[in-house]
Amino acid sequence: MKQYFSFFKMSMSKGLQYRIAALAGVATQFFFGFTFIMIFEAFYRSSNTPQPISIEQLIQFVWLQQSFLLFVMLWFRDMEIFDKITTGNIAYELCRPTDIYSYWYARLLAQRLSGALLRCFPILIITAFLPAPYGLSFPPTIVHFILFIITLTLGLIIIVAISMLIYISVFYTLSPTGSLLIVSVLGEFLSGLIIPVPLMPPMLKKIVYFFPFRYTSDLPFRIYVGNIDINEATISIFIQLAWIFILIMFGKWWIKRALKKVVVQGG
Amino acid sequence: MIEVKALSKSFKVAKRDNGMFSTLKSFINPQFTTVNALTDVSFNISEGEIVGYIGPNGAGKSTTIKIISGILLPDSGTCKILNRIPWENRKEHVKNIGVVFGQRSQLWWDVPVIDSFNLLKDIYSIEKQSYNEMLDLLSISLNLTELLKTPVRQLSLGQRMRCEIAASLLHSPKILFLDEPTIGLDAVSKIEVRNFIKTINKEKKTTVILTTHDMNDIEALAKRIILIGKGKVLQDGNLSQLKSKYITRKTVCIDHNPIDTIPKIENTELVEFTRERTIFDVDLSKTNVSKVISSASEYVEIKDISVDSRPIEELIVELYKEYSI
Repeated sequence: MKQYFSFFKMSMSKGLQYRIAALAGVATQFFFGFTFIMIFEAFYRSSNTPQPISIEQLIQFVWLQQSFLLFVMLWFRDMEIFDKITTGNIAYELCRPTDIYSYWYARLLAQRLSGALLRCFPILIITAFLPAPYGLSFPPTIVHFILFIITLTLGLIIIVAISMLIYISVFYTLSPTGSLLIVSVLGEFLSGLIIPVPLMPPMLKKIVYFFPFRYTSDLPFRIYVGNIDINEATISIFIQLAWIFILIMFGKWWIKRALKKVVVQGG
Repeated sequence: MIEVKALSKSFKVAKRDNGMFSTLKSFINPQFTTVNALTDVSFNISEGEIVGYIGPNGAGKSTTIKIISGILLPDSGTCKILNRIPWENRKEHVKNIGVVFGQRSQLWWDVPVIDSFNLLKDIYSIEKQSYNEMLDLLSISLNLTELLKTPVRQLSLGQRMRCEIAASLLHSPKILFLDEPTIGLDAVSKIEVRNFIKTINKEKKTTVILTTHDMNDIEALAKRIILIGKGKVLQDGNLSQLKSKYITRKTVCIDHNPIDTIPKIENTELVEFTRERTIFDVDLSKTNVSKVISSASEYVEIKDISVDSRPIEELIVELYKEYSI
């Protein structure tokens, strides 16, 4: 266990070096945040029917999404791992007494965590001071807040487990482009990052609820803004746990298979 | 210690001709050929040996190393290292081995070398004391003290390679696989690395398997060589025996007082003659060097003599030719 913690620490300290990248990220997130808010505002103004999520809740949802972007984005990737597989540098990893799945998992987790830690606080603090309805406020109750933290953490575990599958697929395809594109486009839609899940038609909502993706972003953020009640949130935690179990088991089984037929590329 | 029996491994390789049309064709109907990287490879290596594993490019050297270090699965055959089958219990197996792939890097690119080392300490769960001892030994004999705090990306190739070798030895492995460890090193670093390999072989009884294209490495380190070509073991034997078998001629170069007639000596061929220097090619199966020198001294007044045997490179070339690989 200690070695995986060391991998984690190493990747964390590496990730925390990139301060300028984080600053640029913060600026980009504000740009996107305001753009989304403008689009949604126009949408809400043009319609008189009441929507399943209020504009105030949706704005908060957008800010949370921007703050924790690295917790929810599937396109966030570690090129080094792809390179290791395609160039054969994975040879070194394979001659260590290390479980590759756990090692990469620790590494990816640390990367997302360090990136998000650098980015989320400036966004959270600044948006908290924005005038209503454009700012971020506190969740309705402390219970909502606790449930938000729990589901966000479990969501992070899910998203890393999903992205592990992209990395494993590269053993077969030798190019990350395809899997990345498919998973990130589909995944982002199904997480409600493009159209918020509450605004989707009922049929689509059913489909979205069937996949693990919405449990990484839609669930925690909507708990925070109070769009999901405590009952539903509690049940969702168990669904998250089930997905974590399924995704990690599948990933471990798959990587074992992949390593059996691995060809270490290039001499 | 290392028993390799009848290992075979083949790879599927995608083939296509150049040109747009063939690219299109192979997109629809890809063609593969099977390349037999290893066919029936067997050898035994006992503790404390240094074995040079040589062969031309594409002979299957790296493939063998990858199989016995547990990275690749062979198609058939078995292999026991310290009574363990590498690919069956990879994690247990790799604790006892150290591997250096000369053309790859195991150090973390953008952190100081010592950070990578500390990480390896945790990976192999090395005891603090033995880690410190090993680190001291490595930094002294590989001259690393200055380098440890430098980020890997700022090291030169030779410096990095020394750190790579050190990294593979931190956990005091019983067996060390070196896959072209001196690739790209300058003469001084090469000698440092060679001396170091000798030292750990002597002091820690580490078994070393070395693949290289640098015959000086082989000559300096390995008593035994295994020659592999087209995936088969062609020769497995003592380096000096091989030399006496294949080095059948020597060159004798004599500097002498100025003379005008060419000296004639039996069983030799004249390579070069000037008034002050004569060079003979001596056939060792018919005569020997001392006879040649004594008969030469009858003709001329010898000032200086040098005797050269063919370099080991040529021996290897001959071996390759003999097996037509």
